[in-house]
Amino acid sequence: MKIADKNTKAVDLVKAALAKAEEYKDYNVFISMNAEAALKKAEEIDQKIAKGEEVGKLAGVPYALKDNYSSHEGNTTAASHILDSYHSPITATAVAKLEAEGAIMIGRANLDAFAHGGSTENSYFGPTKNSADDTRVAGGSSGGSAVATALDIVEFALGSDTGGSIRQPASFNGVYGIKPTYGAVSRYGVVAMASSTDTMGCFAKKAEDVDLVMSIIAGQDKKDSTTLPDYWTKKLDEVQPSKKKIGLIRDCFGEGIDPEVNKIVRAYGDKLKAQGFEIEEFDMPILKYGLAIYYVVQPAEVASNLSRYDGIRYALRSKDAKNLDDIYTLTRSEGFMKENKRRIMIGNFVLSSGFYDAYYLKAQKARTLLINAYNEAFEKYDALLCPVAPTPAFKLGEKTSDPLTMYLEDAMTVPASMAGLPALSIPAGKTEAGLPVGAQLIGRAQSDQLLLNIAKQVEEGEK
Amino acid sequence: MLHLAELSRLSISEEEIEPLKKDLDSIVSYISQLNELDTDGVEPTYQCFDMQNVWREDEIQEFEAKREDLLALAPESEDNQIKVPKVL
Repeated sequence: MKIADKNTKAVDLVKAALAKAEEYKDYNVFISMNAEAALKKAEEIDQKIAKGEEVGKLAGVPYALKDNYSSHEGNTTAASHILDSYHSPITATAVAKLEAEGAIMIGRANLDAFAHGGSTENSYFGPTKNSADDTRVAGGSSGGSAVATALDIVEFALGSDTGGSIRQPASFNGVYGIKPTYGAVSRYGVVAMASSTDTMGCFAKKAEDVDLVMSIIAGQDKKDSTTLPDYWTKKLDEVQPSKKKIGLIRDCFGEGIDPEVNKIVRAYGDKLKAQGFEIEEFDMPILKYGLAIYYVVQPAEVASNLSRYDGIRYALRSKDAKNLDDIYTLTRSEGFMKENKRRIMIGNFVLSSGFYDAYYLKAQKARTLLINAYNEAFEKYDALLCPVAPTPAFKLGEKTSDPLTMYLEDAMTVPASMAGLPALSIPAGKTEAGLPVGAQLIGRAQSDQLLLNIAKQVEEGEK
Repeated sequence: MLHLAELSRLSISEEEIEPLKKDLDSIVSYISQLNELDTDGVEPTYQCFDMQNVWREDEIQEFEAKREDLLALAPESEDNQIKVPKVL
């Protein structure tokens, strides 16, 4: 990563990033730009460097911020109409930590509204295009952040991952994307989706860059009581696997998986072998139910979290509202996207008194079985290997007519989310048509740095 | 459908009902496959890491946003209060 110093001016780094953002405007990566404030910050950093003052570990490094992170710079829209006028009075902890280290936000990146989706087509501001093929989707929900990184507009970008929203777009665009252990990074100031699986992570092009950014944003935070005591504290090389054994999840290489994805991810297994890892295939039959568990629990939490958007205290209020009920109903009907509404309704359905036991409670019990299966696997393996998504990036519009087909995109990312485990999407290769494909490494809780160390070993082995 | 929409504080037009019903039906039928799993005697997991509640002293703390900033966010306000249509 290029950090500003006596020879590299922060202003030049920011100008270059802004120029690239302009060059790739047609990809619809950003919802809003932060040019003026970014240049001002860069100038301040350059002045500090000239005076020999401390400037931080990410001095002058431009980054893209998924537009569901609050900060004073720009509106925090969550790519929705209901929040498009919302100027946040607070700053997300992750953003505050980055800024304290001198990183500079150049723009707010596109996403599926409220992070509901796997393609960034559910954005109120239109879809983001794939970095390798502009007729295809960026993946989602953190599509803008992934494409900003892949197109080299920025060297890193922040995203959020509730069921695959960092990993899948990382796979579709050929960059690293990490979903950390649940509670590694504070959720304070990030628009809530499903609180029991929401995690904050990043995109970058090298494992070490991912580690650097994460080591800065991770840590316990009084403002988010689910944050874990600080553990992201080691140097990557100090984190070594104890077993040198990786489990390849056989269930994730069967029916419904694109043959090229299958081949590329298995080839990544061979690269791990070349680094001295033993690869063992094993079965995890409970994974078949991972998606069903997720699409009960997540909408339930979404329905609850999105009930705060009532048109009363901030952002949109429907102009047609004449009484209080209208304010709630009309504002929400105008302000949410179709997919938001579907999830709210499914959530309220599975939580309703007649169906609670059959769906919500059942799913939470199944979640226990899923976690047990992971625990069993980690008795044998340092990490688990599987694809990130069943296919490479699909065509724009291909899956928008049927929500369930879109949900199936998440089948291999949601299980780790339901168990709170860290998972890393690693650029593993390209299809014959040139579409990137990611391999996924899943680790036990708090083994995030081990996953990065393993990926780094392969990265260096390829040099 | 309309009841569910009402519970969700969403209004749905006539034309929206059928396609939405089709979508929700297919999602519900998908999640129903959980019935194949035997979960007798299994404890539910509501959060992964068995976290305990975090307590702190009940003391007033500085908040980063000022009162006027928060009030300024409201679509309508008057005399330091957020304004809504008459309820009663």
